Amino acid sequence: MTLRTLLATTVALTFAGHALAQDFNDPAEFKKQRELLAMTPQGPEGQPWAQHLGDSMVDTAKYKKDGQVTLCFSNAGVFNPWRVVGLNNLTAEAELHKDRLKELIVVDAEGKDDKQISDIEALVSGGKCDALIVSPNTTAALTPAVEAACAKLPIIVFDRGVNTSCPVTYIHPVGGYGFGITSGEFIASKLKKGDNVLALRIVPGVDVLETRYSAAKTIFDEAGLNVIGSEFTGSDRAKTKAVVEDYINRGEKIDAIWMDAGDTATAALEAFEDAGLPYPVISGEDQQDFLRKWKADKLTAIAPSYPTYQWRTAVIAALDVLDGKSVPGPEWVLPQPAITEDVLTQYIDERMPPLHYSLCGCQDLPGYPERWGGKK
Amino acid sequence: MSQSAVKLNVGMPVALLLALMSIGLFVVVALSTGETAQLSWQGATGLLQRMVALGLVALGQTFVILVGSIDLSVAALISAVAVLASHLMQGDPAMIVPAVIACLGLCAIVGFVNGALVAYGGINPLIATLGTGLIIQGVLAASFGALQGTVAREFQILAYGGVLGIPYPLLLLASLSLAAAFVLDRTLFGARIYAVGGNPDGARLAGIRTERVTLSAHMVASLFAGAGGLYLAARLQSGTPWIGRDGLYDLESIAVTVIGGTILAGGKGGVAGTLAGVLLFATLDASFNMLGIDAFLKQVLRGVIVIAAVAVHAVRAKGHVA
Amino acid sequence: MTRVPQTTPSRRRAGRIALNAGLVMFIVLYAAIVLFQPTYLEPGLFMNFLRRAAPLVILACGQLYVILTGGFDLSMGAVATLVVLAASILINGDPEITWAVIGVLYGMGIAVGLMNGLVVAFLKVPSIITTLGTMLLVNGLALAWSGGAARGDLPDNFRNLGRLVWRDVPGLGTLPVAVVVLVGFVTLAWFGLNGTVYGKRALAVGDNPRASELAGAPVAATRIIAFVVSAVSAVTAGILLGGFSGVSVNAGEGLELQAIAACVIGGAQLLGGRGSIWSATFGALSLFALFTLLNLLGLPQAFRDSIQGVILIAAVAVTAWRRRRRT
Repeated sequence: MTLRTLLATTVALTFAGHALAQDFNDPAEFKKQRELLAMTPQGPEGQPWAQHLGDSMVDTAKYKKDGQVTLCFSNAGVFNPWRVVGLNNLTAEAELHKDRLKELIVVDAEGKDDKQISDIEALVSGGKCDALIVSPNTTAALTPAVEAACAKLPIIVFDRGVNTSCPVTYIHPVGGYGFGITSGEFIASKLKKGDNVLALRIVPGVDVLETRYSAAKTIFDEAGLNVIGSEFTGSDRAKTKAVVEDYINRGEKIDAIWMDAGDTATAALEAFEDAGLPYPVISGEDQQDFLRKWKADKLTAIAPSYPTYQWRTAVIAALDVLDGKSVPGPEWVLPQPAITEDVLTQYIDERMPPLHYSLCGCQDLPGYPERWGGKK
Repeated sequence: MSQSAVKLNVGMPVALLLALMSIGLFVVVALSTGETAQLSWQGATGLLQRMVALGLVALGQTFVILVGSIDLSVAALISAVAVLASHLMQGDPAMIVPAVIACLGLCAIVGFVNGALVAYGGINPLIATLGTGLIIQGVLAASFGALQGTVAREFQILAYGGVLGIPYPLLLLASLSLAAAFVLDRTLFGARIYAVGGNPDGARLAGIRTERVTLSAHMVASLFAGAGGLYLAARLQSGTPWIGRDGLYDLESIAVTVIGGTILAGGKGGVAGTLAGVLLFATLDASFNMLGIDAFLKQVLRGVIVIAAVAVHAVRAKGHVA
Repeated sequence: MTRVPQTTPSRRRAGRIALNAGLVMFIVLYAAIVLFQPTYLEPGLFMNFLRRAAPLVILACGQLYVILTGGFDLSMGAVATLVVLAASILINGDPEITWAVIGVLYGMGIAVGLMNGLVVAFLKVPSIITTLGTMLLVNGLALAWSGGAARGDLPDNFRNLGRLVWRDVPGLGTLPVAVVVLVGFVTLAWFGLNGTVYGKRALAVGDNPRASELAGAPVAATRIIAFVVSAVSAVTAGILLGGFSGVSVNAGEGLELQAIAACVIGGAQLLGGRGSIWSATFGALSLFALFTLLNLLGLPQAFRDSIQGVILIAAVAVTAWRRRRRT
């Protein structure tokens, strides 16, 4: 009986869910990010991690601290290759500043909000940190802990934000809508009205991913494209390939594949190879394996990015704050480039591992390429 | 707390040893890394606060394991409770009481279903609770779009407030631990749990309705998981459908319970051991942080420690385990 | 756990019933797939279905050995992940050394299996905890070794094991290499249980370890072998997974629970004493057919979890009910 009730609730709630899941489709934010994508960044040429979009700066004179300093970093975790590359960027950037940095303390929350709150509390009460960098696991959950920490230390937040304006600055690239706009517009430009797009996504309900999809979906709808499916693959290559095979076996015509993250893009393409079909138009991401396949098989493709170089920016910002220099803020918006066919070759580095993110901005950092798992 | 715990004869030496080892580890690591600030009152309460969420879940897990069952659905239930609580409250303090009641009601239902499947359906508890967990997880993921919200500010005091320098969450864990220890040690229900877990046939012959005891233990486990979920909702401001799964509360709660000397076959063990197991996990977290151990290596060490900690007291057991 | 002394004939009967239940469920589910997608009746698509199901079936066969002896192996998913990552790092694109590295992979798997078995048999740590520990340990090692992301490269001769499909095979049409591996592994696993003394021992040990010890059965060795077989199956499944879709850090995630679920759906009894290779095989095929069906139905992802949960409970409930009715 109770089981039946549970099932009935499922059905009811699912439909309710479809009706109400509007939170990730904010037209104002969509418009804002579209404008940001078109803006010319300010700052040093060729160093996108040190650039910013917009003019707003914050004064940090009150945080100035002489002598050697200790930076602390509360990391949400290293549970995907994007974060692995990012953490390497961050520690390598810190190495550049050996003379100024006494120590970099990195604490890993293993993807648990509860642990990250405790981690931040322990870092603050430990008294060693001169500034704290936070990459929050979840926006809302980390807000109180960051608020409490703000009272003691200058805080730099990056990647996901927090619901408070107390951090000195919040570093992030243009954002999820921007990702969806870049990839959606490319696909729309290559297809004609009525063509089919298959959307492959990682998991539902994650803010930074949902906004990517909602932006792309808006563009597909405007262009009259037909989204034949939106499937979740959990970043699992076998599942991605199986899902695409199922669509192919069903006899569906797939003209384009849109992905909210590119780590399984090559697996999706393999399904077409195995079925003996031509490759579809595809949007992936800046992973090496995808770029290499793109070049080798002359795909019609685009690689939007959510650049990992923002992990460098976090250290730069923290040290600037402790130097008392003004920094872009309260939001430091980084440029969010996409790799297109014209510039494809310059992002391919055969020495790097397959899931290395090419927009790491790490080529000039100490230890490249071995630190990122590359061959000498 | 220690007073009542001392009177618990079952599992006490293990508990004491584990707790002392954990504290010793923490102190040594803090001193050797120069993190002496962690040895202050604030550092100590911070350490203990790492115990709360897992501790609440593990207390409930102890009940089901003692009765010879197991509960894998707690992780999904925690997520469900946290999501439901934040959805029902929508930041409105007037909704705190109704939301808490609704959440605990949900837990009672889930516990009842689990218990009924295991006790009356004759379904292996691992499969039964794995199944209910999957069902809850599915419902949650499907409906999350409709279930957003945040808890009331006032409700967050549960996680962030305190009295006389003692955070409320610690008081919550301590009082629920005491209550659990009291129930197991001093009440007829507790005695029946040990009886059913230790020797179900004997318990049945002695006139105990073993099915009822098993079912009640499952309801207790679900309610404790619910308490954990409510605490997390207060701490995280709003629930997401993944907090239970990402926190690994299912497997970790089983691990700490067994590390604390409660036997998987049932009938032996107790709350004190479980809390010591939770303390061990909390000190590992804190110590690994101070030592700056890489996240992957941490996982390796945790695996070794889980096996070693259980082996220490399991190796003396006679007979066979599977 | 009531222990009914079982004679050989009744056990054989139980095995046959389990076979029927799993097979019937598979046929029903596959028929449902065909209803939605008639092309699944074509031999090519059936072969492709088998190719994709192969890792899960192989894992379930390995898991069954452990389940028969009364335990669980939660570490198989982690072993499969380790295999995929290790293969890619060690081979690093050099097809010459593929076979040597595959040997090394089996060596690593056997080491994990031995460790599980030794800890359970001699340190008396319950298998669910032991293998939870090795799951964390092996997963951590794999990630630490690879640095948390895929590295290296798998050459075509490795990938072919899970990916290549022979076309124009007389009598069959197409034949994926993975299906050959699948049939080979299931045959070996079947032989191990039915063609050697090991099968009866495993059942006896799972049914009542104390009694079988008194009867002179080597309980510890039986247990240890079961964990080694399970780990070997995880290595095999890992090789097929890596071949099918390439390297990733989550290649084996969650497979251990699916393998246990598959055995149970096929009618194997947890905590030992009952089950056959057919319960594992058809249980796994049923589970995979269910996944495929849910995919074809285009249900939201979330529903699939829920339905899987319902089916799991229902399958075990039916088995429990039949068992009770019989006694």
